[in-house]
Amino acid sequence: MNAAFALIARDVRLAWRHPNEIATILAFFVIAASLFPFGIGPEPQILARVAIGIVWVTALLACLMSLDRLFQAEVEDGSLDLLVTAPAPLELLALAKVVAQWITTALPLIVISPIVATMLHLPADGYATLLLTLVLGTPGLSLFGGIGAALSVNARRGGALLALIVLPLTVPILIFAVAAVDAAIAGLSPRPHLFLLAGLSVFALTIAPFAMAASLRQAAE
Amino acid sequence: MNWHRFASPSNFKRLSARIFPWAAGGAALCLGCGLYQALLVSPPDYQQGQSVRIMYIHVPAAWMAMFVYANLALAGAATLVWRHPLAEVAGRAMAPIGAAFTFLCLATGSLWGKPMWGTWWEWDARLTSVLILFFVYLAYMALNNAFDDATRGARASAVLALVGAVNLPIIKFSVDWWNTLHQPASVMRLDGPAIHPSMLWPLLAMGVGYTLLFVVLALVRIQAELIERRLGALVQARLSAEPAA
Amino acid sequence: MSDYFAMGGYAVYVWTSYALTAVVLIGLGISSWRRLRGLEADLAAFEREDAP
Repeated sequence: MNAAFALIARDVRLAWRHPNEIATILAFFVIAASLFPFGIGPEPQILARVAIGIVWVTALLACLMSLDRLFQAEVEDGSLDLLVTAPAPLELLALAKVVAQWITTALPLIVISPIVATMLHLPADGYATLLLTLVLGTPGLSLFGGIGAALSVNARRGGALLALIVLPLTVPILIFAVAAVDAAIAGLSPRPHLFLLAGLSVFALTIAPFAMAASLRQAAE
Repeated sequence: MNWHRFASPSNFKRLSARIFPWAAGGAALCLGCGLYQALLVSPPDYQQGQSVRIMYIHVPAAWMAMFVYANLALAGAATLVWRHPLAEVAGRAMAPIGAAFTFLCLATGSLWGKPMWGTWWEWDARLTSVLILFFVYLAYMALNNAFDDATRGARASAVLALVGAVNLPIIKFSVDWWNTLHQPASVMRLDGPAIHPSMLWPLLAMGVGYTLLFVVLALVRIQAELIERRLGALVQARLSAEPAA
Repeated sequence: MSDYFAMGGYAVYVWTSYALTAVVLIGLGISSWRRLRGLEADLAAFEREDAP
């Protein structure tokens, strides 16, 4: 357990020391989202209708971009073997890597998401629920992404492959997150959708550590 | 029973030679009868008219899309639990067959949807779920091919097959739910009316025919994969022997 | 006869579906079979070279 916390602390410190990486991801998030008005026109009513979908899909893609490198540093400097042979269970260490990734990528994305939502004219009733869905849903994204990252360690075309593996698995998260915000905007209770969203993240938590550990062991062989 | 002995190309070839004629003959017989019934004997539907004949190749393709995926997941489990080489090549050999059936399900669904719905693509719950299943097949094949070491590719894609197997029911549920939220109620569904025996028999014949065809294709492709692995091992052995000579 | 092939106005959809299915499945069968034959020949050639 201490090893896991030490790993999280190390990764967060590393990210803190290299703010360029997270700045790039955040810039991607803002730029990709601001392309949509050029694609579909600036009418506030149309943008308001699709705002939540754009925010969520671009946040998902931004999250995915940072996952590409989740285990790459360990592979390149050879410390993957250390992780695999460490006395602490590999499942826990892999989970710690994902937690660190969530803190360093998803959290900043959540913080700036209201700005992007404002640019897209998200109705005022949706903001609180938007933040809640991101807080509940992004752990699931990071966990599924962690599976994809562990599977594509040392693979050819790693980045595109990661997207191909992870995107289909994230469909339920996207569906319930957007539905929750739509419900809030329509004046309905978003709670059932939020529960389902939290359930999906918990479900991801139950399978991802094992899938990641299995793939990392294969990669280290 | 020692399953490892089937993993050698010659043993699998012997096993395959015993099954192959029966599977191929059965497939030809079932598909022949099924097509005859589907195209000539079965009546047109009172609502969908002659277009209902697409059902006889669309619905069995949907069954196969799921059936082959179940096989892929089983092969994945066998790969990870027993590290069995036959399971490894089986997954690699079966995935393109499953992807082909899934593609056919989507394409014939689209061709059936155009006259029925008036559009080539409707975000109907079933079609959408099958589309995602198709994406998972593509991911499986890409991952399987992404490594220089065949074993690593097989094991990584085995993990993906299992992760997909537990996720697909959840995806199916969420897509169904999403669809009822957004779908206008008037759309006619592709599952059509309650099925009459005159339509059920050709449908079942086609289903059995597709399954046997899958067996035939899988046997051929598994043999090819086994030989390719053996060739790879022989080339490796020769390359490592050469510097000494 | 031509009445039958017209499929009550759905000819394009019905026959395209059947043709596509036939092309994909037969194509998969032929390509799988040819790959197996090719690999078998390669293996035989390799083993002949190794034998003496």
